[in-house]
Amino acid sequence: MTSTSPDPARLVACPTCDTLFHADLLTAGRTATCSCCGTVIFAPRNGAIRTVLALAVAALVLMAVALGFPFLTMTASGLTTQASVIDAVASFAVDDMAPLSLAIGLLIVLLPSLRLCLLIYVTLPLALGRRPWPRAREAFRMNVELRPWSMAEIFMVGVAVAMVKVADMATISFGPAFWAMAAVATLLAAKDAVTCERTLWHMLRPA
Amino acid sequence: MAHAAPRLTARRAGLVACRHCAHVWPAGTPVCGVCRASLTSRAPHSLQRVWAWWVAGVVTYIPANLFPMMKTSMLGDETASTIIGGVLDLLHHDAAFVAAVVFLASVCIPLGKFLAIAWIALALRRPAGSVPAHQLHRVHALVEFIGRWSMIDVFVVAILSALVQFSVVVSIHPGLAAISFACSVGFTMLSAQSLDPRLIYDASEQGRT
Ligand SMILES: [Zn+2]
Ligand SMILES: [Zn+2]
Repeated sequence: MTSTSPDPARLVACPTCDTLFHADLLTAGRTATCSCCGTVIFAPRNGAIRTVLALAVAALVLMAVALGFPFLTMTASGLTTQASVIDAVASFAVDDMAPLSLAIGLLIVLLPSLRLCLLIYVTLPLALGRRPWPRAREAFRMNVELRPWSMAEIFMVGVAVAMVKVADMATISFGPAFWAMAAVATLLAAKDAVTCERTLWHMLRPA
Repeated sequence: MAHAAPRLTARRAGLVACRHCAHVWPAGTPVCGVCRASLTSRAPHSLQRVWAWWVAGVVTYIPANLFPMMKTSMLGDETASTIIGGVLDLLHHDAAFVAAVVFLASVCIPLGKFLAIAWIALALRRPAGSVPAHQLHRVHALVEFIGRWSMIDVFVVAILSALVQFSVVVSIHPGLAAISFACSVGFTMLSAQSLDPRLIYDASEQGRT
């Protein structure tokens, strides 16, 4: 170990185990994995910004479709009911369960949509080759921190389980919103898979 | 541990690292100059916060199992089903696979998470090297990845309550357990997030700096 203090600008540290590495990792253009704990520190991909932006815009449009159309229709002995995503959110609003209703609305609609808006705000100027818009860094950090709380894909698995539960009670048909929501869940996962958080930070750093 | 020489960490080099963008700054820098996140060398009171959320998660998991998850009223008769009741119900529908998914998400994953987080937090207090850091880190990453999926059953109740509303014939309403279960999942997620993984690697090297 050197006794002189190293130049911080030339170094990066693994976020999982604090091990120091040379910042050359950023510019090498290759996937860099921490030699101590195995965490992927950088995973740059060519043209990823445009892909991320395209996926985010598509997911946001489909989210709007999912909110505007019927989600599931159920028919049982001549009776028919229809439920939208909004209905699923509002289902807890009765019986003094309004806080849960709000929480579900956040988890399956509001937070995923907010994350998409933030990501579009951050990546649109970058994809156009412009300088980042004001407060882009705050926006991107919020997008990252909200990631575990955006649960659209878990909601879709819940829907699948629910359909099995009522399968012998009624016939279920899917509305346009069902397919839109399924696509949203897939696009969200694809978007997170191609986003390298730290490569984006590198693009957003102050000049 | 397999490492021959002590690792050079940001802290040993008198630096503080940003967990968001990986850039490092001189120790004591309050805010990251790249992403403006607030900087701490190690999250303050990490273990206390882990335990506080852990207790909240366990406490809310108890009523989640005692009270009904959802209430089905069919021609005036009301039947309430708990989490386990819902799983048994699925088994009676010959849906063993789906029953297994719900059982996994609502029983195995929450209980497994409580045990795993407690195990990690306790292991950090034991002498260095009793449990390899890689093993603790892997379990922590797994808990963070899989914890959210426990929310499945809450969404099942939400969609059923919205869909099955045939006035007097049959209707489904959410029960008290839906709220306490959702809280339990949220608290346990916060417990896992409160753990600074850098502490795991510190603990494995205590006394050999
Ligand atoms: Zn590492
Ligand atoms: Zn930073």
